Amino acid sequence: MELQLSSEDAGFRDEVRVFIAENYPAEMRVPNPETDLSKEQMLLWHRILYDKGWIAPLWPKQYGGPGWSITQRFLFEQETSRAGTLPPLAFSVTMVGPVIYTFGNEAQKQKFLPRILSGQDWWCQGYSEPGSGSDLASVRTKAVREGDHYIVNGHKTWTTLAQHADWIFCLVRTDAAAKPQSGISFLLIDMKSPGVSVRPIITIDGSHEVNDVFLENVRVPAENLIGEENKGWTYAKFLLGNERTSMAGIGRSIRALNSLRKIVEAEIPTEDPAHLEFIKEIARIELDVLALEATELRVVAQMSRGIDPGAAASLFKIRGTEIFQEITELTHRAIGNYGLAIREHPVSGNHFMPGPEYGHTASERYLNSRKLSIYGGSNEIQRNIIAKAVLGL
Amino acid sequence: MDIQLTEEQELLRASVQRLLRDQYGFDARRKIVATEQGWSRKHWNSFAELGLLAAPFSEDAGGLGGGPLATMIVMQEFGRHLVVEPFVETVVLCGSLIEHFGSDDQKQQFIPDIIAGDSIWALAWSEKGSRYDLNNVTVTAKQDGSGYILNGEKAAVIGAPWSDWLIVSARTSGDRSDRDGVSLFIVDRRTANLDLQNFRTIDGRSAAEIRLRDVKVGAGALLGTEGNGVFALEQCRDIAIAALCAEAVGAMAELNAVTLEYAKTRKQFGAALGSFQVLQHRMVDMFIAHQEAISLMQHLSLSLVTREPGGSKLASGAKSKIGYAAKFIAEQAVQLHGGMGMSDELNVGHYFKRISSFNIQFGDPAYHVLRYARHN
Repeated sequence: MELQLSSEDAGFRDEVRVFIAENYPAEMRVPNPETDLSKEQMLLWHRILYDKGWIAPLWPKQYGGPGWSITQRFLFEQETSRAGTLPPLAFSVTMVGPVIYTFGNEAQKQKFLPRILSGQDWWCQGYSEPGSGSDLASVRTKAVREGDHYIVNGHKTWTTLAQHADWIFCLVRTDAAAKPQSGISFLLIDMKSPGVSVRPIITIDGSHEVNDVFLENVRVPAENLIGEENKGWTYAKFLLGNERTSMAGIGRSIRALNSLRKIVEAEIPTEDPAHLEFIKEIARIELDVLALEATELRVVAQMSRGIDPGAAASLFKIRGTEIFQEITELTHRAIGNYGLAIREHPVSGNHFMPGPEYGHTASERYLNSRKLSIYGGSNEIQRNIIAKAVLGL
Repeated sequence: MDIQLTEEQELLRASVQRLLRDQYGFDARRKIVATEQGWSRKHWNSFAELGLLAAPFSEDAGGLGGGPLATMIVMQEFGRHLVVEPFVETVVLCGSLIEHFGSDDQKQQFIPDIIAGDSIWALAWSEKGSRYDLNNVTVTAKQDGSGYILNGEKAAVIGAPWSDWLIVSARTSGDRSDRDGVSLFIVDRRTANLDLQNFRTIDGRSAAEIRLRDVKVGAGALLGTEGNGVFALEQCRDIAIAALCAEAVGAMAELNAVTLEYAKTRKQFGAALGSFQVLQHRMVDMFIAHQEAISLMQHLSLSLVTREPGGSKLASGAKSKIGYAAKFIAEQAVQLHGGMGMSDELNVGHYFKRISSFNIQFGDPAYHVLRYARHN
């Protein structure tokens, strides 16, 4: 499905399409880009987009954004995800960047923004803590002011790709007496500071994406505080809004559906009754994708007319993740007995993996995608948001 | 209809429970899975000493005569503890094939060793293109004097790397899907020209791709009569499905228990998770799914005891219904545990993976609902 595009926008879309085709690094086309690439490999595409000036579609031009319209941003997102490119690290460009240029001071902008754009600094997100779950305001990590430093003590968890990070943006409690949301501050911490340590968390698919980050008497210069002390919750919510807009994942779902279709054709003979079952399931999910995409386009059209999308991000997150989970599950089912096999980590090791190559990541993707309905605010929380914000319940 | 266990069956259950509680906690299991071998001979010997490996066999065959109900009792507890040792493969699948279709010589040669814990078995029925169809066999067995020569490839054979013996389905006549052209052969796993490529399964067990190149076996290797292989496999698949369903029910019981406990203790937004109505209803649905699964599991096991007609149809029905129920419970248990449910350190994800594997073995729930629908 396409937006009704002006010839200018259509030209832009074609330009993006060609640019991806000509420049996306072949080295990044691995069985599972989310788990199989080194830090340097992950940054290859980031640097190419940076050189092109396309690394930060959301950012205003003055800070290094490309100055695109909402429609252009959407087209870029659509083309990159349809082409299956690995999105540049969201924690840097999509999350902390906008917080810094919106709420940071001049010195912070000058120090951090260029390094985020170039990929020189890798950021991770210090929000979740053990026991906090979707209730992020229950932050227990403490930051105590001592002269021109904060002394930070606490434990962050589920920190994605912290093993590569140069910096972490943290929610810390600076006022223990205040109500949960009002005593929180937003602090930028150098991962090389003494007292910061990272411990891997292995997830059920066997991969190492997330970590525990321990902060023990970490001295953080007070100049790394974003905005005002105890106003961190405002900035955190602003950031979460950005996190949730891109979770419809239409391009990703379309790609996964296409490869599922190919697997079904290769695996299941047409005379097998399972063939028809799969065809029906694929069609049903395709319609789910179509409906979600149409909704997304409708929201984009409204946004470009200046209408607030409201809780649309929650809708995208719920349906986008549910749809993708269903696709990974069907794909796992489609490969039959080989669904019993799972790649061993590290994947660079010389482990034998049976069956056709198209099935090699089916098990791990099925397992890994269980996280989608949990993270970024669980789908239950997203439903609460719609119930409250849209339905007024 | 509710199974009242006899004193003997209660004793069996209590002794399995005690053994697993003492020796097969989640950490102990982790260590077993992490070993090079991936399973524990020591625990297998304990199972043998306790009589678990003898329990399902008839007294005539040297067993304890516990039949499908003994298997059901053992497997529920194995499911609760995620036991990786190849009980289903050795005792339930291959054991019942030998008991029901083997010659007297074969029974005498093999069953005492199985019961004593001295031999491990695996059933090589599946192939690359077979999906869940037992007829679909391309491995060939050609007569060679009084014996046979086997050629071809078997796929995703669970437990094969651990096994001493394999039962291999091979085509003695007919084309690729000819039902009456399949026969079963007992093959020494270490025999010449039989090659394994091992891999780890999603639920921490071991499996292999098997290649047979002019593997010679004697006349005594034929299990049952020539051409009777699919019939024999179907019979033992029903028995194995009942065992696997019991295992899934045990896993579901544990998942529901830990999830409920978590919901009662874990606080979020200042209240226990279990106080949120949407989660209460979810857990009620998990409870109902488990109750229904228990009922169908018992129904199936009883019908195998009484050998009622329609048992095979019921086996598919139960595999499908329990499969969907288990999947629902596993997914929700992970969801309700949040990030912790995704962590390899917590047991929840391991039950999820065991259930995923259950839903592949001998066919997924969609396959079995269709088989149920078409079965006379």
